Amino acid sequence: MTTGYLLLEDGTVFRGRSVGADGAAFGEAVFTTAMTGYQETVTDPSYAEQLVCFTAPMVGNYGVSDERDESDRPHARAILMRQLGGQEWAEWLKQRGLVALEEIDTRALVLCLRESGAMRAVAVASEEQLSVAEALEAVREQPLMEGQALVAQVSSRESYVFAETGSPRVAVVDYGSKRSILRRLAASGAAVTVFPHSAEVDELEDFDGVVLSNGPGDPEPLHAETETVRELLGKVPVLGICLGHQLVGLAIGHETFKLPFGHRGANHPVLEKQSGRVLVTSQNHGFAVRATDAEQATHVSLYDGTVEGFDFPELKARSVQFHPEAGPGPHDAWPILDRWVEELRPW
Amino acid sequence: MPARRDIESVCVIGSGPIVIGQACEFDYAGCQALKVLREDGYRTIVVNSNPATIMTDPGFADRTYIEPLDLESVASVLERERPDAVLPTLGGQTALNLAIELAEAGVLEELGVELIGAPVEVIRRAEDRQEFREAVMSCGLEVPTSRIVTSLDELEDVSLPAVVRPAFTLGGHGGGFADDQAALERQVERGLAESPIGQVLVEESVRGWDEFELEVIRDRADNVVVVCSIENLDPMGVHTGDSVTVAPQMTLSDEAYQELRDAAAAVIRAVGVETGGSNIQFARRRETGELRVIEMNPRVSRSSALASKATGYPIAKVAAKLAVGYTLDEIPNDLTKTTPASFEPTLDYVVVKFPRFAFEKFPGADQTLGTQMKSVGETMGIGRTFTEALLKAFRSRELDPGAPTPWATLDDLPEGLHPWFRDEIERAKTELACGDLLRAKRAGWGDDSIGAALGVSGVEVRRRRHEQGVLPAFRRVDSCAGEVEAGSNYFYSTWGEADEGLPESDKPRVVILGSGPNRIGQGIEFDYCCVHAAQTFRELGYEAVMVNCNPETVSTDYDTSDRLYFEPLLSEEVLAVCDREQPVGVVTQFGGQTPLRLARSIEEGGHRILGTPHAAIDLAEDRARFGSLVEELGVRCPPWAIVASAEQAIVEASDIGYPVLVRPSYVLGGRAMRICYDDDELEEAMSAVHGPEFVGATGTRVSAGSGLAQNGVLLDRFVEHAIELDVDALCDGDAVFIAAVMQHVEEAGVHSGDSACVLPAPSLTLAAALEVEHVVKRLGPALGVVGLLNVQLAIADGTVYVLEANPRASRTVPFASKAIGMNLVAAACRLAAGEKLSDLALSTPRPTQVSVKAAVLPFARFPGADPVLGPEMRSTGEVMASAADLPTALAKAERAAGRPLPTSGTAFLSVRDEDKPAAVAVAAALAGLGFEIVATEGTARTLRAAGLEIEEVAKVADALPDESTVVDLVRRGRCDLVINTPQGSGARTDGYLIREAALVARVPCVTTISGAAAAVHAIANARAESALSLQERIGVTT
Repeated sequence: MTTGYLLLEDGTVFRGRSVGADGAAFGEAVFTTAMTGYQETVTDPSYAEQLVCFTAPMVGNYGVSDERDESDRPHARAILMRQLGGQEWAEWLKQRGLVALEEIDTRALVLCLRESGAMRAVAVASEEQLSVAEALEAVREQPLMEGQALVAQVSSRESYVFAETGSPRVAVVDYGSKRSILRRLAASGAAVTVFPHSAEVDELEDFDGVVLSNGPGDPEPLHAETETVRELLGKVPVLGICLGHQLVGLAIGHETFKLPFGHRGANHPVLEKQSGRVLVTSQNHGFAVRATDAEQATHVSLYDGTVEGFDFPELKARSVQFHPEAGPGPHDAWPILDRWVEELRPW
Repeated sequence: MPARRDIESVCVIGSGPIVIGQACEFDYAGCQALKVLREDGYRTIVVNSNPATIMTDPGFADRTYIEPLDLESVASVLERERPDAVLPTLGGQTALNLAIELAEAGVLEELGVELIGAPVEVIRRAEDRQEFREAVMSCGLEVPTSRIVTSLDELEDVSLPAVVRPAFTLGGHGGGFADDQAALERQVERGLAESPIGQVLVEESVRGWDEFELEVIRDRADNVVVVCSIENLDPMGVHTGDSVTVAPQMTLSDEAYQELRDAAAAVIRAVGVETGGSNIQFARRRETGELRVIEMNPRVSRSSALASKATGYPIAKVAAKLAVGYTLDEIPNDLTKTTPASFEPTLDYVVVKFPRFAFEKFPGADQTLGTQMKSVGETMGIGRTFTEALLKAFRSRELDPGAPTPWATLDDLPEGLHPWFRDEIERAKTELACGDLLRAKRAGWGDDSIGAALGVSGVEVRRRRHEQGVLPAFRRVDSCAGEVEAGSNYFYSTWGEADEGLPESDKPRVVILGSGPNRIGQGIEFDYCCVHAAQTFRELGYEAVMVNCNPETVSTDYDTSDRLYFEPLLSEEVLAVCDREQPVGVVTQFGGQTPLRLARSIEEGGHRILGTPHAAIDLAEDRARFGSLVEELGVRCPPWAIVASAEQAIVEASDIGYPVLVRPSYVLGGRAMRICYDDDELEEAMSAVHGPEFVGATGTRVSAGSGLAQNGVLLDRFVEHAIELDVDALCDGDAVFIAAVMQHVEEAGVHSGDSACVLPAPSLTLAAALEVEHVVKRLGPALGVVGLLNVQLAIADGTVYVLEANPRASRTVPFASKAIGMNLVAAACRLAAGEKLSDLALSTPRPTQVSVKAAVLPFARFPGADPVLGPEMRSTGEVMASAADLPTALAKAERAAGRPLPTSGTAFLSVRDEDKPAAVAVAAALAGLGFEIVATEGTARTLRAAGLEIEEVAKVADALPDESTVVDLVRRGRCDLVINTPQGSGARTDGYLIREAALVARVPCVTTISGAAAAVHAIANARAESALSLQERIGVTT
């Protein structure tokens, strides 16, 4: 094991021990407060180009399993832990080329990101490979997360059938979709076909419903995708999840903005305005929709009041900023997916 | 949904005396609830029989009733106060059971009182095995296959191994495992006797499965949150109260954890808890993931107190608010203030709880852990990693040297421990030996352990650490892993990290040291004192900084102090807190022996002890110096000697004269104390102190008393037939104020903690009272006491002897404070802060009522140990009762202690020869009250000779084959009162068998003749009297 470090663009250095692959990984430093689901997190395409810090004190305790992969490969660039919780996890990270550091003062890092916002950063497995001074220069040359369109690099290239039989027939536009979304739709009885991010309206409009998936990066530069969503609205029932929700927002005419440090975790309370109930949700987003009319939001974050969901019955569209499919996280919002599928089911 | 305004007043039922399975966590819960209810404008009434609770302080509720927690008392309080609602979910099983009784007796309906928090049908659904099973199965979950049994005839075809669980008992009391049919029958018989409804569950054994608990909260909008997951290190089969536990759970994947979370939410909904918290226990088979729901408590519990302390989420506070109608999103998160309580805490640290056992107090008792809880307290450690937390809790236990305990060392791990925990513990061991101080500290090791590994002292390790700059950092508990800014004042230490939350205020600070884990001899009374110390210093303009490691307590509620450090009470951690806080003083006199042991190193570390200095403590504990001091003062004490060996003891004893009292120094609760009447007994007692080896619960060979004798063993002449007094006084260094003079009901020889005591002292002559006052007034300044002083005295034939002086808060302080209506701790704090007694202008207390404190003993938990009172303290808790006269107060106290005195029936007497003359009066009084008297041969002869009509019954040893013995009589419920004074104690004697039978049959059993006389006096003279609130009694309005 060698001494590595995490360097933030403001020059702050956190030392740690490398337990993953060699090398240096650049990206945006973010943190998740979920206490379980490390493998799901790392393989969630929404974490593309990010260095993920786990606030959970120990990570890797219960090993790894292929079934927990949310996609076919890791997307987080590096992971930062207070303590590694098991060798199997370290091996998994190493084999997949992820830089991973333990003995990072993760709480100090979180407090720093909370105060200063998410920052560009580099995780370096060994100081011998890259000095802090060189690294700082390189970090500052990295692009900001704002303005980055990342879905193309994580979306599937071809369409494919995930669940052949079932009703209704649902299309999922894959901006970086988690497998949990596909699994949950199939579990609700839907036949599921997955399309690349660049799918055209005519490919999608014949389905009983279209799910706009989660995905990484800034939604704002996704002009073509937004245009497609705009055309879909009203034609076919649409459910947006996370990035998909942001695209619905943009398509309606709202703006999106970057949250200071995002919402990432599995304990975020969301008020469902209509029922008055609180959902404990799984979240992973760095951007959010700024609603021109706050009344339009069906769901609101009880942490910072940001928009967590929309419902436009006249456009047959609804969306949620959080992750009803969970994986990882609580299942409180499963019914949102289940109900949507149920409503689409032809009688 | 805002608070309900159709309710104006709420009665909170407490949990009564501290017993195994029900400790001060319910005081913590009750205090939190009363606080928020009052803030919300509700009129509050509290009923609890335990005077050492903060919740029964006059300022905590509008009306406080220190009354027995039985149907009769609580009904009369409800009748008097007419509250709109009763909240029974904060007082443990006791309060829940009472709620059911009140409902069944029709009291609630008659008085129009609503049960809030948990309606009767919900309590039944959670508590009744059959109803619970149906509720669980209705949501597609499984419970262990089982059958409900109400008689021994229903045990055919039970699949073994099986577990036996009686319905409606505390802490799984009366339950156990059965591997074969004979064991099954034994367990069921015992369980049926223990269960108040005569019902036990015989179920599929899931012994060895992993055990998890979830703390769940639900509001009336049907929002459900899981506050905390807890994983047991000791697998299923060991009661969770006896298990080492960790939070959050460490070994489950997200999918497995979410399955538990879903199940917990389904169960709380199916059972129907609408407003409040519940603890739900699961068994999970590691290999297959099979799940069984084991049980649910529809109330706050020991685990919820732990979960609250572990996460910073105040479950009891939130539950109380939910009970009056709020929803979770309307309640702010206490720590962040900006976010709501409708979230799930996320932890960036690990919390480990260790049970604290007291097997050393119960020689002969079975130490095997099972489904019946046996631990008496717990410690909690917070660290950034599992091993850091584990080792903190492990080190916090303050084990008596050589005391037998599970987890005695880290080589002593339970069978079936999950390999993840085993690996982590092994890793910590490697780090200890690695030679790098920072790494060893990060693994969680104390300086002493590191020193032992390096062959140097802990102090030397500390010096090296400081030289290398290896210092602890402090972290906040904020419930959200740093995601939301929280100004919380709740800290723990870790290593090699950044520090946060340094003190900012200009106010002077005091550090108050708590009392650590509850154990016999040091329990809630000391926490009560620490909490008052914090309150008082805050009122005096100081910042109060609390250090403690006991998750059950009010002192470790972050609301109690300005800053809370959840840390081991060891010199290393305490000094680190002091170095950081730079207090004007450290307060050591309220936490029992624990802080006193630290006093020296605190002074050596450059910090000042506020109030009584360490020198005074040393002077009082060092028998030689104390002996010459009392001699100088012209105060009499029984002749004494310090001895190092049995031979020496026998020589000295012949000078002193038998009987002698043998005791080690620097112990609390009379650890290893014995009264010896001859050389043989003395030799035996000395060997107990020095320790013969015996095999502990975990198979390790430990020595019972080794180490207890390191400061020499004290030999005192035991003053026979003496009245024993406990005096609590205040001293400002010069003047002394005598606050309370309490007389023990049992004569000297029974530990003061186990003896009932009475205030004002009933048989104190004026001359003796003056002499006592004179003695205490001279002792205080001579010892250098600034604060509280407790003196124990004996009066025999008009002569006053000092038995011991304790320059600190004593166990009796809460009782005395409530009996005389004066806050003694507050006064002591003012003295410690520099005021003089003349500044306080205290007026001599003139209590208008007689108050009795009675002890509650845990013998039923320790079959095999002789249930007899003696000089070694064994009680876990106490109750208080006040009335216009002594017999009424005493009878009420006995009721409160769960041993209601019979008013008619049959009394059995068997007394040792010395007590025979006195037994005549007792028996005559009983006969006069219409009792039939039964006695064994010797006692019967004496009583008959005095002209009493006696039925004679055979001793076990003397019985003919078919003759029924006294034990049969007791077992068959033919006796209503047993008076049995021991002729030598120990297993298998006739007396032991009688006492044990009485214990099992729940027949009141008095083991001293003075206690018997008092009991008979109470039976004869107790009157019905309506309860008075504390506020009325002491003339305070709140």
